[in-house]
Amino acid sequence: MLRVCDLEAGYGHVRVLKGVSIEVAAGEAVTLIGANGAGKSTLLKVLAGLLPAWDGCVELEGKNITGMRAHKRVREGLVLVPEGRMLFASMSVEDNLRLGAYSRGGKEAASEFGQDRATVYELFPVLGRRATQTAATLSGGEQQMLAIGRALMARPRLLLLDEPSLGLAPKVVTEIFSALQELRRRGLTILLVEQDARVALRHADRGYVVRTGEVALAGTAAELMDNDDVRLIYLGAWHGRD
Amino acid sequence: MGVDAEVTGSELLQFIIAGLKNGSIYALVALGFTIVYASTKAINFAQGEFYMFGGMFAVFFLSGLGMPLALAALVSVITVTAVGLGFDRVAIRPRRDAGPLTLIIITIGGSMVFQSFARHAFGPDERPLPVFTAGPSIDFFGAAIERQTLWIWALTAVAVVALTILYTRTKLGRAMRACMENREAARLMGIDTNRVVTISFGLAAGLGALGGLVVTPLTQTAFNVGPSMGVKGFAAAILGGLGNPLAAVAGGITLGLLESLSIGFLSSTYKDVIALAVLLAVLVLRPEGLFSRASREKM
Repeated sequence: MLRVCDLEAGYGHVRVLKGVSIEVAAGEAVTLIGANGAGKSTLLKVLAGLLPAWDGCVELEGKNITGMRAHKRVREGLVLVPEGRMLFASMSVEDNLRLGAYSRGGKEAASEFGQDRATVYELFPVLGRRATQTAATLSGGEQQMLAIGRALMARPRLLLLDEPSLGLAPKVVTEIFSALQELRRRGLTILLVEQDARVALRHADRGYVVRTGEVALAGTAAELMDNDDVRLIYLGAWHGRD
Repeated sequence: MGVDAEVTGSELLQFIIAGLKNGSIYALVALGFTIVYASTKAINFAQGEFYMFGGMFAVFFLSGLGMPLALAALVSVITVTAVGLGFDRVAIRPRRDAGPLTLIIITIGGSMVFQSFARHAFGPDERPLPVFTAGPSIDFFGAAIERQTLWIWALTAVAVVALTILYTRTKLGRAMRACMENREAARLMGIDTNRVVTISFGLAAGLGALGGLVVTPLTQTAFNVGPSMGVKGFAAAILGGLGNPLAAVAGGITLGLLESLSIGFLSSTYKDVIALAVLLAVLVLRPEGLFSRASREKM
């Protein structure tokens, strides 16, 4: 589905990504874990087209999209749920979803919108109850749900998620990840960036450990959970090992 | 403000009518500032030139090419809209990511270019347009309303209603509001933000042109009327709070009334100072009105 080769990128003169190569197969959930500032979010921004790649390649289903502009990538099925959610705060939940479906065109757009909205409300019932409220009045968890719901309205083939658990209570995190689990079950391909490595690995098939702009380690979620370095640095403890 | 004994009721009404007339024009120009600001976070100092072009092109199409007045007016608005679209493509888009300050300086340059062009193409003289509907003024409780003033109000109202429909009922309008609120998020929705900016410039130019051509029968026009109207429109936009199109209309009307009442109660000497005084007062006392949208951007 997604192939990234030797990707380099950064801000101004600062090179943040120093040749990152990752792959995500169709139907897979892959996570990027790593410390703050390792380059995980930068990688997602480059994948979404918000930051230009300096070097390397990004391919989506064999198609080279390295230089493609952000709004066109959405039409290709690559959709990012950004860090900090970036909702349209003064607009209603429903209008946010409508904007999520902006890239959907054609004759069926109207009926598809109703269908997709129902799917989102089924996944996150609270959004349905808050449909006419402005996004600014939602709780943090509800905002994150709306950010995910809004992304789903574009009918993504590959969903990129940047820190969906950030700043949320554990109970809400569980709720959001069980929704992601459900999306996985329905066959959505997911690339997840998460600081909480424990949560991330529990919900992924495979993972990459990103360290100072490079892939330091790669493996299945189980392998990474068992890796001593990962346990020490990212899972933060030895306990739980038998 | 106590009513001066020398101002009678019908005179007061006359000042209010004049204020609403000028205010409508300021509103059209202010809308242009607001629409461009919403999509670029930059102030378009060429906005006054769009107003000037509106009148000048209408005069040219009418007297120079012999078109009937209604057609000349329509073609003028279309031409100036095209100038706005072209201005974005040629001058703004290449430096789109350079930041608001760079864009503002580009628009100041654009203003100079447009003004020189108008001076050479249309000459240095003041140019008139005939009134849209001939006939005596209408008596309104002792005050006189010129027929052209009714045209000004009607066309302003049509423009505001059309814009409201655009913003609230259409997919393009939703995309424009999304850009207004968070440009990066808009891109993530699949919105071509470059296209939104281009359309914003076109709309701003068309609205400015409409204001310029509808007022020309009363005031005449010339190559150099842009900058002073630019200041008025800018003050009105700031007064209303940049970033909110309908507030710009309110700002324009308010500024028109303030000006006109100051003539009535103080002296016409101060008329042009009002806009600048309002501008300074708002910037000093209510700067959050200016940045209220921008600070929410990061949500």
